[in-house]
Formats: sequence, C-alpha cells, structure tokens
Amino acid sequence: MKILVCISKTPDTTAKIAFTDNNTKFSEAGVQFIINPYDEWYALVRALELKESLGATVHLVTVGGADTEPVIRKALALGGDEAFRINADSQDSYYIASQIAAHARQQGYDLVFTGKETIDYNGSAIGGMVAELLELPFVSIAAKFELNGTTATINREIEGGEEIVQVELPVVVSCQKGMAEARIPNMRGIMAARTKPLTVVEPVAVEPLTSIVSFELPPAKAGVKMISPDNVEELVKLLHEEAKVI
Amino acid sequence: MSVLIFADQFQGKIKKAAFEAVQYGAKVAQQAGTTATAIVLGEADNAELAALGNYGAQKVLQVADARLNEIDSSVGAKVIVAAAEAENAQVIILSHNFDGRAIAPRVAARLQAGLVTGAISLPDTANGFTVKKTVFSGKAFANVNITSARKVITVMPNTFPLEKTDATATVEAFQAPVSDADFKVKATSVETVSGEIPLTEAETIVSGGRGLKGPENWGLVEDLAKALGAATACSRPVADSGWRPHHEHVGQTGLTVRPNLYIAIGISGAIQHLAGVNGSKVIVVINKDPEAPFFKAADYGIVGDAFEVVPRLTEAVKKLQ
Ligand SMILES: Cc1cc2nc3c(=O)[nH]c(=O)nc-3n(C[C@H](O)[C@H](O)[C@H](O)COP(=O)(O)OP(=O)(O)OC[C@H]3O[C@@H](n4cnc5c(N)ncnc54)[C@H](O)[C@@H]3O)c2cc1C
Ligand SMILES: Nc1ncnc2c1ncn2[C@@H]1O[C@H](COP(=O)(O)O)[C@@H](O)[C@H]1O
Repeated sequence: MKILVCISKTPDTTAKIAFTDNNTKFSEAGVQFIINPYDEWYALVRALELKESLGATVHLVTVGGADTEPVIRKALALGGDEAFRINADSQDSYYIASQIAAHARQQGYDLVFTGKETIDYNGSAIGGMVAELLELPFVSIAAKFELNGTTATINREIEGGEEIVQVELPVVVSCQKGMAEARIPNMRGIMAARTKPLTVVEPVAVEPLTSIVSFELPPAKAGVKMISPDNVEELVKLLHEEAKVI
Repeated sequence: MSVLIFADQFQGKIKKAAFEAVQYGAKVAQQAGTTATAIVLGEADNAELAALGNYGAQKVLQVADARLNEIDSSVGAKVIVAAAEAENAQVIILSHNFDGRAIAPRVAARLQAGLVTGAISLPDTANGFTVKKTVFSGKAFANVNITSARKVITVMPNTFPLEKTDATATVEAFQAPVSDADFKVKATSVETVSGEIPLTEAETIVSGGRGLKGPENWGLVEDLAKALGAATACSRPVADSGWRPHHEHVGQTGLTVRPNLYIAIGISGAIQHLAGVNGSKVIVVINKDPEAPFFKAADYGIVGDAFEVVPRLTEAVKKLQ
C-alpha cells in the first residue's frame, strides 16, 4: 500500500501576525515555522500507524520553495519514507491542488491524507480539490480511520454529530483531531531523515484562480469592562441592555 | 446568468447555516441584478423548501432522491455542477459548514472556478470580485480577488444575521444525473448528539476550562447554559483529559465558533484557544486570576472564583426571564 501525506508549512500557533508591503505580505520576521498541526498530528501520524500495522510506504509532498525543507525533514524524521517538494510558491488552493494531483497521478496512491485546513490560510479546500482532480472519493474532516482490506471505515464530523461512512480505496481524506495521537521525533528518526530521499519536482503549468489583494488585522477591542464578582446582576443587565445578547 | 446556492438539509430540516447562505446568495444576486436559485439535495418537506424564499431565493430546485439524504461529496458536487449549468449560474454559494467544506472544493475544481472559503463579507465588485475571509485562525482577514469567470464562495456560519421576509419561492423538481455507481461513500450510521444545539450554529456558548478542576463540576457550566439556552464547549486540555467529549473542544485544533455571546469560565485564554473563539461578538470571561490573558480579548470580565460566581450568575439570568 502507498500513502501520500500532504504537508504544509505554517507559522507557529503563537506567532505574531503582522503584515508588510502595504499589508500585502505576511511578515515573517521572527516567526517560527512548523508543520501545519493537522498535517503532522493527525494525517502523518495516522499514516505512520497504518505503515506500522499494515506495512505501507508513506510519501510526503509539499508545494513550496526551498524554505519548506526543514519542515519536510521533520516529517521524514517522524517516519515518512520519501519526500517530494514541488518547487513553486503556493499561489492559491487550485494551483496547489493541481500540483499535488499531478504528482499523485504519476505515482498512484491508495490513500491520500491532508490536514483539515492550514492554520494560516484556513482554506479547507485542497483535499476536496485533489479528490475532484483525481476523480476519487473524498471524506472530509475525519476523526477516525480504520482499514479492513481495501475498505476504509471513517468517522466524519457533521453539524451536531458524527457520520460513519465506508468507502473502497483509493480515497482522499482530510484529517482532524481524533485520528491519532501526536508524536515527537526521536534521535534515530532525526538521523535517518538526513539520508531519506527528498526529490525536488518542477511544477506543472496551472493558472491560479484567486489572488490575495490585501490583509487586515481585526479592529482592536474597546477594552474589557470589569464587573465586581459580588454584582453579577450588573453583568446580566449589561448583556441584556447594552450588548443585547441575552 | 444567476446565483446558485446549495441549501444544506439534515434529516429533512434546512440548516440555519443554509438559510444564511441563501440570504447571502440573494444579496449577491441583487448586486449583480440577477436571480437567486437554491438547490436542496435529498428529501425535505415542502414547507421547509418554500421557507427558503423567506431569505431571498426566488426558485428552489429539489432533488428528492433518498440516496442524497446523506452527502457523498462527489455526488453532491456532480449534482450542483449540473444545476449550475442548467441555471447558467456564474456564482455558486455554499455554507462553510461541514458539508459545504466537503463539496465546495470539488465544485470549484470541476468548474475551474476560483474559490473563497469562509467569506465574512459580500463581494466587493468595484474593482474585480473581492471577498473578505478570515485567515490565521481569526487573527487576521484577507481580501481575496476571484479572477476566474465562475466563482464559488462558502459563507462563514453565524456571520450574517438572518432577516426573514414574507416572500416565498417556487419549488421545482430537478432531475439529478446520478446513477447508483456514483455513490462511492456510503453512510453506515449517523449519530447526533441528541437534544443539544450544534456548537457551530449556537448563538450563545458557555465554555469551561481547566479552572473547573474536574468533570464532576460541569453542572455549573450546564446550569448556566440551560438558563441561557446556550450550547456548552470546553478548552482542549478539558477534552484531552476526557472531562468532556471531543466535539466540544474549541480553538485552533478544535472547532471555530462565532456565537453572539461566548462565556469563558476558568479558561486562561491561550492564543490557540482564542483562535477558535475570536469571531464571537461578545466575550465574557470569568477567571480568578486578574492577569489571565483572556481578559485582553474580553468585552466583560469578572475576577472571581467560578464556584461562587457562576451559580449566582445562573440565578440572575433566570430572574431576567
Ligand atoms: C499547537 C497547539 C494547538 C492548541 N490548540 C488548542 C485548542 O484548539 N484549544 C484550546 O483550548 N487549547 C489549545 N492548545 C492549548 C493551549 O495552549 C492551552 O494550553 C489551553 O487552552 C489551556 O486550557 P485552559 O485555559 O483550560 O487551562 P489553563 O491554562 O490551565 O487555565 C486554567 C485557568 O483557570 C483559572 N482558574 C483556576 N481556578 C479557577 C477558579 N476556581 N475560578 C475561576 N478561574 C479559575 C486559572 O486562573 C487559569 O487562567 C493548543 C496548544 C498548542 C501548542
Ligand atoms: N503548499 C502545500 N503543499 C502541500 N500540501 C498542502 C499545501 N497547502 C495545503 N496543503 C494540504 O492541504 C490541507 C488543507 O489546506 P487548505 O485547503 O489550504 O486549508 C493542509 O492541511 C495540507 O495537508
């Protein structure tokens, strides 16, 4: 079995969000980059568990410049077997998905895992697009994935509940919490990652369909109104009369 | 030309998020001087379908096919694309809810249409077709221009308050071009958390953190929630410790919620928690530590012991009603 895990690079969850160039670019100054948490904790680790229990090969793919290599190496250190970096700026969801689909078409995978969404762009789009481009079934926002032969049983979140679905491989799945427990790379993994293959692939020609014109920061809060713990009636009154939310 | 909106149903009931998407789509149609058509997949009763007119749909297409009651994203996208062709829709709107997030990217890729997910503004057509969305988990917004002729937008739930009118829609049957072989993903069971309000649709949320010390104390949160008609949520360590079910976890790695009122009890306000709740209109923080970072993101705050403050607050809320 061959599994592809889509890995994206995102700013650390505590990074300060600021913009430069007239609010058209994210300011990377002083920002630490990590593997997008959904990709690492859930998609990658579940793929590694399947590898350990069923003997799969786990490939990683990222669309990005050379600056994404530390993140890809970390994913290799966690246990990925082989990585592919598609050498292009990630322009928009359609562009990225087209690159991943082109790679997947060439390699042929039984299973493609993505994260639920990137924590910077918050697209929730790549997985579904890759599935459509590959004409494969897609199960979104999965919290559990079990495999029995070539039949996958997947729990997927819906409004106010959960749906359990069955699908035959190959399939594309976007992963969230519940899929697996986060791991940390060990020394042996880190050493091994240095010599694992990381192939740089040139992108296919695709036109992006959207572009970011500008960024904005939310308006600052007016400041918190403090209320005495002995006067909760005041809070109820404010919520009712001033904020009008109860 | 027209605007097509996917109006999501669950067990025959149109979701609140779907009404919001229809209302958004109707406004986009109005901007463009065209009409709004909603499409409903699966069985739903006629009164539900006609109610879509209350939010601006002129026409409702229904595919009353029991196989579509649960969503297979691939079939859903196929039907929506067929309807978009039939209606000559240039703009296709879905909710940024679970089904919308599964289907929209497929529709967009199939039509080679630019996609903006989680829209929080109507399109600005003064100079292109620019839609505002949240990025960096609510810590910023991006204005995204869709450059393709066709456009797909998913609308952030709980962002556009519903304005109900008396207008009604005409309901037409739509013949979906699907065969049994198209259904690859089969739902074997659907579990709902019965009696509770889905967090993503809740207008009021009471949320508890580690400050509540243990699951045995959750009656405090539940009583206040009950008095307010609110849903309950929690911070990540609370769900990780098994004090509360996972689906209640909000934040960076959990659900993103946008209620009118979010009451945080015994939650410190870590940046990853705020990422899931910073879209709330009003935030109330109850914490015994005056230095808790959450106060910086709050509108109203009480420094005090949750075990004393919350029961009193619950009583005061009950008195109001
Ligand atoms: C990559 C990453 C992703 C994460 N994602 C999430 C996420 O999605 N959601 C999330 O919530 N967290 C997330 N976290 C964890 C986050 O960083 C915090 O650790 C977590 O939110 C803290 O939860 P808490 O506020 O309940 O607990 P604590 O930080 O322990 O805070 C407890 C609070 O309760 C107060 N308190 C104690 N006793 C009382 C009392 N009697 N009355 C009133 N107040 C009291 C304390 O003063 C304190 O402020 C993530 C972390 C990382 C690294
Ligand atoms: N540049 C990228 N390279 C590889 N995979 C990506 C990239 N961007 C996003 N993904 C994958 O697609 C998922 C969803 O991303 P998004 O649709 O941008 O929210 C992520 O969790 C990743 O698994």
